Amino acid sequence: MIIKILGSGCKKCIALGENAKAAAAAAGRQAEIVKVTDFAEIASYGVMSTPGLVVDGKVVSTGKVLTAQEIGKFL
Amino acid sequence: MSVFGWLNDQLLRMTWLNDLVGQGVAATGLDPATRLGGSVQFFVYDVVKIFILLSVLIFVISYVQSHFPPERTRAMLGGRSGLGANTLAALLGTLTPFCSCSSIPLFIGFTAAGLPLAVTFSFLISSPLVDLASVILLASIFSWPVALAYVVVGLVVAIIGGTLIGRLGMEDQVAGFVRTVPVTGEAATMTQGERLGYARDQVAEIVHRVWPYVLIGVGIGAMIHNWVPGDVIGALLGQDKWWSVPVAVLVGIPMYADIFGTLPIAEALVGKGVGLGTVLAFMMAVTALSLPSLIMLKRVVKIPLLITFTGVVTVGILSIGLIFNAITKWFI
Repeated sequence: MIIKILGSGCKKCIALGENAKAAAAAAGRQAEIVKVTDFAEIASYGVMSTPGLVVDGKVVSTGKVLTAQEIGKFL
Repeated sequence: MSVFGWLNDQLLRMTWLNDLVGQGVAATGLDPATRLGGSVQFFVYDVVKIFILLSVLIFVISYVQSHFPPERTRAMLGGRSGLGANTLAALLGTLTPFCSCSSIPLFIGFTAAGLPLAVTFSFLISSPLVDLASVILLASIFSWPVALAYVVVGLVVAIIGGTLIGRLGMEDQVAGFVRTVPVTGEAATMTQGERLGYARDQVAEIVHRVWPYVLIGVGIGAMIHNWVPGDVIGALLGQDKWWSVPVAVLVGIPMYADIFGTLPIAEALVGKGVGLGTVLAFMMAVTALSLPSLIMLKRVVKIPLLITFTGVVTVGILSIGLIFNAITKWFI
């Protein structure tokens, strides 16, 4: 699966990326984590509050740093 | 004293805390009447007060803001134009949760949905400028009339600034890709528990982000408060000096600090006889315009629009400073 972190590279985005990695590891899933920093691409998901979390092409959360546990529900 | 006045003194100004800290300082053998003792008292009192107020305020305000995600704001503003739309945008700007790193996706989302530039810019100016938490802190440090006046003039700058930018017909000054992005994204619905959780997380996150600014700000404030002679500051930035407001704005624009860090400096400066308008102009310049945010904005708007935006906001802040200095006697 592909997990995308949408955000300009602020602290929150980095934190979300790390939680996503932990969530994938905890779920025992092979996941590729992609950081999307290009504003055009972020906007193409219709996301207006960063960081955004995209799992396999679907936006599952915006404007929040989810914990690894919360991310686990979307995997 | 009225009940309201007493509540204001105890809850917002926390005079009890100042007394308590004063006694604590005296107990360590430092006399609060001396320079060093006074500085220590000011520093401890201000730091504790700001963090208490900050935590309570951000909790309450984040709860309110959780009802106004950007998607909802965009829907409320959709299809509107004119002065009414600018006013609504400026008001919603104070209610929508805002983080400077989100301002660009938000700009793209608004513009792609067909909102006029005038409305989008009214929102973008008011959002960092008129922050609910800072308004209540202003009431704590100065008074409610000052805080309310700050809100009103902040909204006026946002409304007039947005309207001016709209009048200049710069709709073509937006990076090409912005208008081609799809408009999707529904506001997520939150349960009561999620709202409270969101508010709690915001407190943790904002306190974590701003504490260095607060400590530095209070430190500078404590220095000014007790060590810098009033006549030096008066000679440089006194109310009778015409250049005080432009200097404050020019110093403030490139600065990237948090409003919670600038408030204690503002408080100390006003105590030394610097005009209220000068201090408010400085705070507005620091929060509404900063080099990092302008550099980010440059990626989605072309240079002429960026310069216009900076110019309009600068002129607005200058006018506010001059007007406030002229009418200070009504407030203090």
